[in-house]
Amino acid sequence: MTPDPVLSWLGETGPNADLVISSRVRLARNVAGRPFWGRNAAPDRERIVRLVEAAADEIPELAPATWYRLDTLGRPGRLWLHERQLASRELAGLDPVGRVRSGAAVVAGETAAVMCNEEDHLRIQAFAPGFALDRAARAAERVDGELGARISFAFHPEFGYLTGCPTNVGTGLRASVLIHLPALVLTREIGKVLQGLSQVGLTHRGLWGEGSEVRGNLFQLSNQTTLGKTEAELLEHLGRLVVEVMGHEARARQVLLRDAPMLVEDRVWRAWGLLRHARVLTFDETLNLLSGVRLGIGMGILPRRDWMTLNRLLVEAQDAHLAQRTGTGLDDEALPVHRADLVRGMLDEEARG
Amino acid sequence: MTTCQACQEREAVVHLTQVVGEQVTTIHLCGKCAAERGIATEGEAAATPLGSFLAALGPAPAATESAAEQCPECGATLADIRASGRLGCASCWSAFAGPLRDLVRRLHGASLHVGEQYRDPAEGPGSPERRVAHERIRLREALREAVETEAFEEAAQLRDQLRDLEDE
Repeated sequence: MTPDPVLSWLGETGPNADLVISSRVRLARNVAGRPFWGRNAAPDRERIVRLVEAAADEIPELAPATWYRLDTLGRPGRLWLHERQLASRELAGLDPVGRVRSGAAVVAGETAAVMCNEEDHLRIQAFAPGFALDRAARAAERVDGELGARISFAFHPEFGYLTGCPTNVGTGLRASVLIHLPALVLTREIGKVLQGLSQVGLTHRGLWGEGSEVRGNLFQLSNQTTLGKTEAELLEHLGRLVVEVMGHEARARQVLLRDAPMLVEDRVWRAWGLLRHARVLTFDETLNLLSGVRLGIGMGILPRRDWMTLNRLLVEAQDAHLAQRTGTGLDDEALPVHRADLVRGMLDEEARG
Repeated sequence: MTTCQACQEREAVVHLTQVVGEQVTTIHLCGKCAAERGIATEGEAAATPLGSFLAALGPAPAATESAAEQCPECGATLADIRASGRLGCASCWSAFAGPLRDLVRRLHGASLHVGEQYRDPAEGPGSPERRVAHERIRLREALREAVETEAFEEAAQLRDQLRDLEDE
């Protein structure tokens, strides 16, 4: 599974990397004259994939285009795509009782990807490292422009880009940042902040999107509405609120330093010690330890280092990535041992520079 | 745009298909005239997004409601949309524009898209390159279908058109 599709964002450090892991912009599009998901049959869905296939080769952002047919991939491959946020849970058919839908496919380039036959025919998405919504938006918009010049999209002068679900209609744009807010969680201020955000049109999710729980103090903040504002206004609104949230987190860190400096310092060093020396690690524990280390670096308790290794671990220490790397099965009992090996290995490698 | 059959002025946003015996008739009405005839295009607000979604699509169908409004393109009815929470196709957005406008307003706080205006490459006036690119995709797709259905004469024609286009 090389090259690394849409992981180029992990290869560099973006703005505000101490708090924001990545920025993502997603555009929902449907092909004109074709029934939406739910009312279309296998041949209709196949046609969508063919249309994108014919167009993708001519689009720089998607080149070199790597295609994944989820409807023929086994569970490890589908989970692998989900872990890099290239496929939603639904598209990857990961629910224990669910099946993979026919026509489920992903085409991925270096900075952008398209999900085919998700809830909308096309879900274009692009990523950028750190707090860089504009950069992600530009990449997504370029792919959108190129695809839209080759495929007729369903568009209505009043409602904008038409979608299967009315919550996505209009711009079809969902922008999000993956942000790390440990001090707000530790000081129990996070509830208030999230509630405030929901009142001004923002929504939050866990690391893996809709329906996923918050783990490792990582939150995905995104716009709730998609219609009635321009694309630029939606991005600006989200961006402005993210800046505010970063301010809250910074103040919460000052409170921690003032009220419980030794407690925080101890927590950070324990996290670092465990990551460096543990022999068995679950992914949840890894996430929490990584969170402690991130906090420690951000607060100047641990020496400053590059964020890339920590970001990479968020992706690489997940089950399917680990299974693929070590050639084991997803249910292999040795997976937590492999995870601890990987974490130690990557941190050692970084220390050696 | 379809003009309202009652006032002959405004754009028709309600398309009512009635089935009486073997007879099928469709009436096109604007929101105002529809309301005057007692055809609900607005529901009651509810507390949750899902609740308001359902409410905006009007009252639940009575057991006797057999001649439901239907999307002319995909055949979806309001009852279908209400049950699944999803529209059937792009035409549903026009067929049920009245209730949907209401729903969209509740979900997004507005009902008019002010973002990017998409220009369909099939319709123009776009750049010639865009039109050519679009036409190429369309022809390739048609050619594939022709080959699959063994319509070889048509396929040959399409192939020639595609070749001409690529020579341009």
